Amino acid sequence: MLRYSAVRLAQIVVVLFIYTTIVWLMFYAMPGSVTNKFIGNPKIKPEAIQKMKQLFGLDLPWYKRYLMDMRNIYTGHLGISFDYYPRTVWSIITERLPRTVTLFLTIVLIEYAIGFYLGKLIAWLRGGALDYLATVSGIVLWTMFLPVWALFLIWLFAYLAGWFPLGQFVTPLRWLGAPHDANFVFIRMLATAFGGSFAFAAGWVTLRRFLHDRRVRRIAVAGLGLVVIAAALVLWARSGIGQYAIDIVWHMILPFITLVTIGFAGAMLVMRDSMLDTISEDYITTARAKGLPEKVIRDHHAARTALLPLSTGFVLAIAFSLDGAVITETIFSWPGIGLTLLHAVSTQDVPLAVGAYTVLGLIALLAHYVADILYAVLDPRISYHRGGA
Amino acid sequence: MADSVPRELSKAEIRKARRALFFRSLRQNWRLFTASKIGPIGLSIIIFFVLFGAAHPIYMLAHHNNAIYDPVMGFDYDLPAGTNPHPPTWSHPLGTDALGRDVMSQLMYSTTRDILLGLIAAGAGVLIATLIGSIAAFYGGIVDAFFMRVADIVMLFPLLATLVALSAVVKVSLLMLALLLALLTGFGATAIILKSQALQVKVKPFVEAARISGGSNFHIIWSHIVPNVLPLSFLYMMFSVTGAIFTEAALAFLGFLNVQMSLGMIIQYANNAGYLVGSRLGVYWYLWLPPGVAISLLCAGFYFVGRGLDEVVNPRLRER
Repeated sequence: MLRYSAVRLAQIVVVLFIYTTIVWLMFYAMPGSVTNKFIGNPKIKPEAIQKMKQLFGLDLPWYKRYLMDMRNIYTGHLGISFDYYPRTVWSIITERLPRTVTLFLTIVLIEYAIGFYLGKLIAWLRGGALDYLATVSGIVLWTMFLPVWALFLIWLFAYLAGWFPLGQFVTPLRWLGAPHDANFVFIRMLATAFGGSFAFAAGWVTLRRFLHDRRVRRIAVAGLGLVVIAAALVLWARSGIGQYAIDIVWHMILPFITLVTIGFAGAMLVMRDSMLDTISEDYITTARAKGLPEKVIRDHHAARTALLPLSTGFVLAIAFSLDGAVITETIFSWPGIGLTLLHAVSTQDVPLAVGAYTVLGLIALLAHYVADILYAVLDPRISYHRGGA
Repeated sequence: MADSVPRELSKAEIRKARRALFFRSLRQNWRLFTASKIGPIGLSIIIFFVLFGAAHPIYMLAHHNNAIYDPVMGFDYDLPAGTNPHPPTWSHPLGTDALGRDVMSQLMYSTTRDILLGLIAAGAGVLIATLIGSIAAFYGGIVDAFFMRVADIVMLFPLLATLVALSAVVKVSLLMLALLLALLTGFGATAIILKSQALQVKVKPFVEAARISGGSNFHIIWSHIVPNVLPLSFLYMMFSVTGAIFTEAALAFLGFLNVQMSLGMIIQYANNAGYLVGSRLGVYWYLWLPPGVAISLLCAGFYFVGRGLDEVVNPRLRER
């Protein structure tokens, strides 16, 4: 197992190197450069454009450019963006990646939670009205064309009802005279979420150890959750930047609804199929013969086993959802990594584009790696002792 | 029969027996497919859209005037000036777009092209994936490692952003897009899935028997492994068609597709001209709803057929 992990990690490094080279070649093959947009501008002289090219290193021979860009990537420096000059690529990515990862991590989590519960339920009640309703509505939403669905929801909720904003990350008018920028607030929101989850997890583990009565424990855990949430809310209400945090969250709700309604059916159908497979196993019959209550068989015997394909799918879904971020972020003009990537590609901002591709590729690689390891850890039937995948 | 000396069968007899077997399995699979309910629904959706697309020349003929109803160049001079986009009327069942072109004509014209795009992309992609999967599974070792690492790298590329970047290097027409998608899916995820299927086929006794009776590597791959991987390939082809149509529409919507007319382009033209913002979305529903529904239904149709085939191909899912 350990050896397998090490070999896979070494492979990741090689694959990442080849991947960045291909990405770089793709941009090198593009005709023109970022300075092309100044050609038609009479105020900018050809000498100035030439100077600009020299500054960005665009006049160097290909191998020097390649070495320069590769050195930038692997020293973690990533260079300076052409289009957002003089911001560094690193600062742009660290500003926008957390947003996208947060939004899409939440979306995938909720999708899988809904998918897990619904899939479990409708597999248990298969053939019934609920099964039919959930499957049909889930598949209809699943096959919906994302841009049209997003536009429709914007029209319905943002325009007709006026509950949510039409797009963007924040409402600029509300931020006039704000003490900090949006990223400052957002990073603190993330820190609160992580701290809260950690406190909850620590408390949960402690409660598990000391409270053995199932019912008492359930009440205690619920109380702990409420306390953590209340503490976070109080903290934010007293911080003075609470209203700005609400503004950020308010802008995230509509993209969230759009993607969750489209995506939950994927997890639901996987769970349903996997659950149906499990139900026909012998140990479910044994559990029934022992006289266990149906709910216990469903939740503790069948669903536990059926969770396996879902759990590895979850890790991969995070990587895939970042790919889909391009569409969602464009429609909602929500400046995350997807929109940044699209912008960088269309303006030939090579350092930013290569940097964004590298980060997304690295996330996908790590997701595949975690999925493989998770699969082996969760399913004792799989072993990576000989050969390897 | 059992104790009579086996007679050498003539070629014609073998062919006849094969044909009978083929039709019997076809009938059997058709029964399984129709039992799934979801498969026939998908098939009827696809047939409807194929007929709908095929009716485009008839629609053009019925109106006698290509100058008005041409999907790309048409313009109706009979409508009062400055009224485009015009809401649906008897002569324009789905209205006209911002440039005065008939939306119904655009929709029929693009449907055929989108279905063809999906089928070409999926067909070529699955062909590549089947060959790679079979070869990698059969030879194993370094060949396997090479193709699987290639698949890893291909899977790393965010699909849409990569196609956007490639659209600057090559002119992305529909055929080009189909080929790019075929390469990206054929060398990527589909190859890995089909390889795992081919691995299961490779250890079957009949492969061993073929090798003992002197079959060459090519013969074993081509007539023993590939035919047994094909059902699963066909299943993934259906899912790839859904993916290809969606990618086309999304790419066109973002404005990176170099074609004059497709389902995604209808929406993109409307979006570009500013008819999909705020209150206009409700007023100009005929600019985005018909192509949007067509894309969704086409994707759904192929997805449903895929789910129906799933029951035929995966015996695990049957007999519940």
